[in-house]
Amino acid sequence: MIKAAERQQTVTTKDIPSPEIHVAPSPHLGNTHFSTRRMMIDVLIALVPAMGMALYLFREYALRQLLIGIGACLVSELIFVRLRGTNVSLKDCSAAVTGVILALSMPPTAPWYATAIAAVVAIGLGKILFGGLGMNIFNPAMVGRAFVMISFAGVMGAGAYEATGTLVDALSQATPMNAFKQAGVLAPVPQLFWGLTNGSLGETSAVACLLGGIYLCVRRTASWEIPVAMIATVIVIASIPDMAGYHGGRLIMHHVLGGALLFGAFFIATDPVGSPLTPKGKTIFGIGAGALVMLLRLYSGYPEGVMFAVLLMNAVTPLINRWTIPRTMGEY
Amino acid sequence: MVLMKLLRLKDFPGKGTFHNGIHPPDCKAFSRDRAIEVMPPPDRVVLPLLQNIGAPCEAIVKPKQEVTIGEIIGEGKAFVSASLHSPIAGVVEKIGVCTLPNGRHLPAIFIKAKGEQITGQALYDDVIGGEWPKDCPAIYYPSTIAKAIHDSGIVGLGGAAFPTHVKVRPDDKKMIDTLMINGCECEPYLTNDYRVMIEAPGPIIAGAKHAARAVSAKEIIICIEDNKPKAIEALREEAQDTVIKIAVLETKYPQGSEKQLIKAVLDLEVPLGGLPADVGVAMSNVGTIAAVARGVIRGKPLTHRVISVSGGGIAKSKNLLVPIGISMKAVIDYCGGLTEDAARIIAGGPMMGFAFSNLETPVTKGTSGLTVLTHEDLRREEETNCVRCGRCVDVCPMQLVPTKIAMASRHGNLSLAQRYNILACFECGCCTYSCPAHIKLVQLIRMGKAMVMAGRKK
Repeated sequence: MIKAAERQQTVTTKDIPSPEIHVAPSPHLGNTHFSTRRMMIDVLIALVPAMGMALYLFREYALRQLLIGIGACLVSELIFVRLRGTNVSLKDCSAAVTGVILALSMPPTAPWYATAIAAVVAIGLGKILFGGLGMNIFNPAMVGRAFVMISFAGVMGAGAYEATGTLVDALSQATPMNAFKQAGVLAPVPQLFWGLTNGSLGETSAVACLLGGIYLCVRRTASWEIPVAMIATVIVIASIPDMAGYHGGRLIMHHVLGGALLFGAFFIATDPVGSPLTPKGKTIFGIGAGALVMLLRLYSGYPEGVMFAVLLMNAVTPLINRWTIPRTMGEY
Repeated sequence: MVLMKLLRLKDFPGKGTFHNGIHPPDCKAFSRDRAIEVMPPPDRVVLPLLQNIGAPCEAIVKPKQEVTIGEIIGEGKAFVSASLHSPIAGVVEKIGVCTLPNGRHLPAIFIKAKGEQITGQALYDDVIGGEWPKDCPAIYYPSTIAKAIHDSGIVGLGGAAFPTHVKVRPDDKKMIDTLMINGCECEPYLTNDYRVMIEAPGPIIAGAKHAARAVSAKEIIICIEDNKPKAIEALREEAQDTVIKIAVLETKYPQGSEKQLIKAVLDLEVPLGGLPADVGVAMSNVGTIAAVARGVIRGKPLTHRVISVSGGGIAKSKNLLVPIGISMKAVIDYCGGLTEDAARIIAGGPMMGFAFSNLETPVTKGTSGLTVLTHEDLRREEETNCVRCGRCVDVCPMQLVPTKIAMASRHGNLSLAQRYNILACFECGCCTYSCPAHIKLVQLIRMGKAMVMAGRKK
């Protein structure tokens, strides 16, 4: 009887909820102000000016693309994550970021199915197939956009930017990049700076991209090395045809402000997942992306090259990481 | 403020800071302004035979033997080993086993108090109070000082517990130019060194002089972070008219790490796998140096130390002068016990200290403090995938790539980990602290290091 009672007692002692004092290996503190989720929310905050500008300039076209982009990305994330058999988590906000960036990189009049397919490909092929957030090699939004760009060349190309008979002024002109590529016309710099031109939804306004980009760099969610190196490289390379054609700097401004460079440099190239780890590697990444942008703009059939430049640099990121292992302190 | 920064290290080659590092909240307000209290002597002390890096000492007492205060009870026979002395007068109960916060089970000498003890102000004056000489008289030869340090069983009191006589001794092979006294105390919460610097600058200056003689160092530099203006002032005053210089450094974690401090003050890099002696530096913590003064000048061994008891989980934060071997339970009870939301008890600071749950654990020579964190302080979030943001690279004071090393360790890829210099990591925890994906980077690296070391021993 006593033994049974004793046994009873041991059981109850074990049943007491886990003790107050836990042990764990150090460090016991963590920076609570910074998490992956917080990084993604930062990106969304930084995209607000660009989104606002797109809505102001393209009205219902922008709203439609944003809704389709975000909606399709969230739904694909849910479905694909469930297919993989892991826990569904939209909490990290990364699918929303992909959706916004994708939508803002689309032409205003792109048909709904192009955006939706781009979103499915971005999340499915671009991200979840590799193992989800952090495991992907390429920037998901750019994978999706490249897919529809090549698949639906007709509705995604130059024609998609121009629509007649709408109330949206911007849509009646050619995009600055197209106008220059086809007719050699340079748009006025103030117009490019404020963004009252045609183009992909988020890229037109340089000031909106700069505002958001600077916020990201100050918050250190994005590494400043990448946009600085990328933009500097574009300036250096663009100055050659600028000087050769006696444009007096206007061609440089065209290349910096006219296309998707600022949007790409601040929001797409800085995606931490596809960019190198070390400051040195990030600089190399930025220089490479900038050089590829100019190569594509000057010598390819496309008027714009930011998307392919970032995707190509994503592919060489592991190599850059390998080249740029920092020198450990005390290593000679 | 900017001007202050520029002027800060004008007498030194270093920049006053090192590469990378983090700025955690220092949380020193809990115990910063509490003067050191002398704890009443306990009924019993437990003295593990290994309280230092290196070999354990050998017990030279038997059960039922009576011991006096400061009597040698364990002899460090190996070169990297420290002797052990009784902090109380009493009777040896047994040679048993105890568990340290780091999880090691060790043989220990249990002593029960008996007879008259030194207490209160008398003990305070004996350990760090009273008058201290400002100079090292010529009767002290380097070898006599080194022997006195050895006989006092002094180890580094900053936490690493490396036997001091191994560092502070005349060495024909390695010339020492500079003796650096480390008063950075960069760990959050801890204030024991801070209080010693304010209340007892005397033994620090005296100890520095004697230790410098032992290693024949020409220069003596006391290094303090700029968040401790009172300590800087106290030591400046005490060091007047001596050759001792004070270096004021940026407040940054881990400024108090040996290699980072040498970089910050002297702009020298200790080679990988090397020691400060390789660049002509001997370094010791302020508390250790005060113990050296006591050992050499007063001939008293290391039997007591100052610890800080701090954090939101303890009723009253204090700085205490305690006998080594006192149980953590006695210390916690003396400070009013744990609060209701206490969640983790740590021997040392929250960045590198060891969490433990067995309150019978004794305070050892290397215990710099007791930090009790609350549930709110702890970060318990689920690990997510690495997004390769490079935060860990940006904060690593050794300029490693923590995420690569951690993942290599997790997958058991030790050759990759070694290519990334895994053994250079000194486990400061900056990477884990900063990781937005809450990956336990330093914990994984620690595991990898253990695997690499095990592989080497084979």
